[in-house]
Amino acid sequence: MAPVMQTSQPWVEKYRPKQVKDVAHQDEVVRVLTNTLETSNCPHMLFYGPPGTGKTTTALAIAHQLFGPELYKSRVLELNASDDRGINVVRTKIKNFAAVAVGSNRHGGYPCPPFKIIILDEADSMTQDAQNALRRTMETYSKVTRFFFICNYISRIIEPLASRCAKFRFKPLTEEIMGSRILHICKEEGLNLDSEALSTLSSISQGDLRRAITFLQSAARLFGSSISAKDLISVSGVIPNEVVQAIFSACRSGNFDLANKEVNNVIAEGYPVSQMLSQLYDIVIDADDISDEQKARICKKFAEADKCLVDGADEYLQLLNVASSTMQALSNMPQDMAF
Amino acid sequence: MLWVDKYRPKTLDKVIVHQDVAQNLQKLVSEGDCPHLLFYGPSGSGKKTLIMALLRQIFGPSADKVKVENKIWKVDVSFSLNFFFFSFRMQAGTRTIDVELTTLSSTHHVELNPSDAGFQDRYVVQEIIKEMAKNRPIDTKGKKGFKVLVLNEVDKLSREAQHSLRRTMEKYSASCRLILCSNSSSKVTEAVRSRCLNVRINAPMEEEIVNVLEFIAKKEGLQIPQGFAARIAEKSNRNLRRAVLTFEACRVQQYPFTNNQAIPPMDWEQYVSEIASDIMKEQSPKRLFEVRGKLYELLTNCIPPEIILKRLLFELLKKLDSELKHEVSNWAAHYEHRMRLGQKSIFHLEAFVAKFMSIYKSFLVSTFG
Repeated sequence: MAPVMQTSQPWVEKYRPKQVKDVAHQDEVVRVLTNTLETSNCPHMLFYGPPGTGKTTTALAIAHQLFGPELYKSRVLELNASDDRGINVVRTKIKNFAAVAVGSNRHGGYPCPPFKIIILDEADSMTQDAQNALRRTMETYSKVTRFFFICNYISRIIEPLASRCAKFRFKPLTEEIMGSRILHICKEEGLNLDSEALSTLSSISQGDLRRAITFLQSAARLFGSSISAKDLISVSGVIPNEVVQAIFSACRSGNFDLANKEVNNVIAEGYPVSQMLSQLYDIVIDADDISDEQKARICKKFAEADKCLVDGADEYLQLLNVASSTMQALSNMPQDMAF
Repeated sequence: MLWVDKYRPKTLDKVIVHQDVAQNLQKLVSEGDCPHLLFYGPSGSGKKTLIMALLRQIFGPSADKVKVENKIWKVDVSFSLNFFFFSFRMQAGTRTIDVELTTLSSTHHVELNPSDAGFQDRYVVQEIIKEMAKNRPIDTKGKKGFKVLVLNEVDKLSREAQHSLRRTMEKYSASCRLILCSNSSSKVTEAVRSRCLNVRINAPMEEEIVNVLEFIAKKEGLQIPQGFAARIAEKSNRNLRRAVLTFEACRVQQYPFTNNQAIPPMDWEQYVSEIASDIMKEQSPKRLFEVRGKLYELLTNCIPPEIILKRLLFELLKKLDSELKHEVSNWAAHYEHRMRLGQKSIFHLEAFVAKFMSIYKSFLVSTFG
């Protein structure tokens, strides 16, 4: 067997691109940042996009390339959601770090521009107050400090902050790019992955490269060096298609007790209901024999149930409710309750 | 010693029900290392048993020697006071809060219920992991330079605590592995889930429960008549713990077993079914008042409100016409959600009962005039 599990380092970290030009599929960002490296000047940046598209990687890579390993510690401040980032930290830690002036002396072949970088990862989980406190800080110290904000949802960043930054959207990765990256890792780690498994991996990870790599590593750890599509499905927590179809056909049958039995089965098997909803959703949307009105009615129920689940409601009751409403919609029962 | 504890498999190769999972886990730790793990599945399916067996597999018998500690964690919390409408503005500062928590620990692992700390859970999780990372155990072989932190009931952990877990997990991965245990993986955030190896533990099938019961009977030297174990398994709702407990209760009640021996139902389940038939018989404020007393009785006996609601729904569904089933299950989901958001569960239980009465009454009126 190939030396697969020698190191405990997650592959996500191991295969994180070290240089900006290695970042896959984000051409505009890479072009702007390469320019930054040449001119050693850059604006404040705001990276946004879905998870696993390379936002943090890009920010870390540019910081490393600008300052090199020696100066990195003193020039870059990295804060993320697990550090306390209330208004207090903004007022003290960030402000103190931002206020220090630095010179530009070329150091060991790195550009080392005369500013520091503060990387705020997962910035959308900062409170409104903390973001507001940052506004003036950004401007006051703009000569010596650049801010990199990284977030999933740009709408959670307050407008005054967003307008001070150059915004870059990170696109979800396409299947080919993801495939080539995965194959590269497989080659390095000595794994066997057939084409069916590769396409399964792309479809279950939905454009999120980090997720794909994590699934691959988990599967490699559990099942050894040759991985099939089935192994990948079992580590990813995706519900097998038969189970979802069973629920859906129970809803079609219009028999409440049958649906209740299927729901009980799903809960006993321990499948996550939120995952069940999203897979049911795919089936409902793709079904040709359901009218648009019915689809709308069903999807509305999905959305309500999803919100309830986020609030912590009971999984069994929610899934039963969804199944019963789907059944009602499919058999065109009146929307208002009879009694 | 209860049979549940006595016959809990101690090692991964002795488990009866989840053999495939156990084999995979064994393979996983055979290299002397393991990733973060998330076990999820319904209660009584064997999550905890597998975790304990896994720890024993990694660390050897010393993982058994656990001691209970009641520790007070001192946590510095930064807080800010935003009295902007006052003429003065108070400075933000830090204060120390004490969080008291019971932990079970051996030399290699710490086990705790972070949800016991209530809304302060996020500090507890961060603080403990950091402390564990500081006191990194030294292993001569240099192999097991990590400790394991077992977190129970992760689904009850607050959103903030789960968010703060995600970076902490990566940062301290060299010295600390997490094993998370949860009833449903929907309530664990995607970010945490994607950092763990997810292990789904399904509830054992009825045949598997029968196998376990027969195994216990053999060990205890008991004769069980044909079909008796199957009846217990059927009553247990695919919950292995409950099946074994019921089996032991039957043994105490009457031995040798007879084929038609009644299997004692849980007393609270019987009580709920009484409530259900009460509601079906009469729909009036007076009846509602009586039912409230019974619900209180259940709550004071520490039956969780959502379990009461679910059981009540189950009993009602058995008796209803199919056209009413949709509506009743819809309202049950509605009130359970409200109950989760609200504070006092009795209001919502009672509201469900009242709603049901109103629905049922108008159904009767419109059907029979």
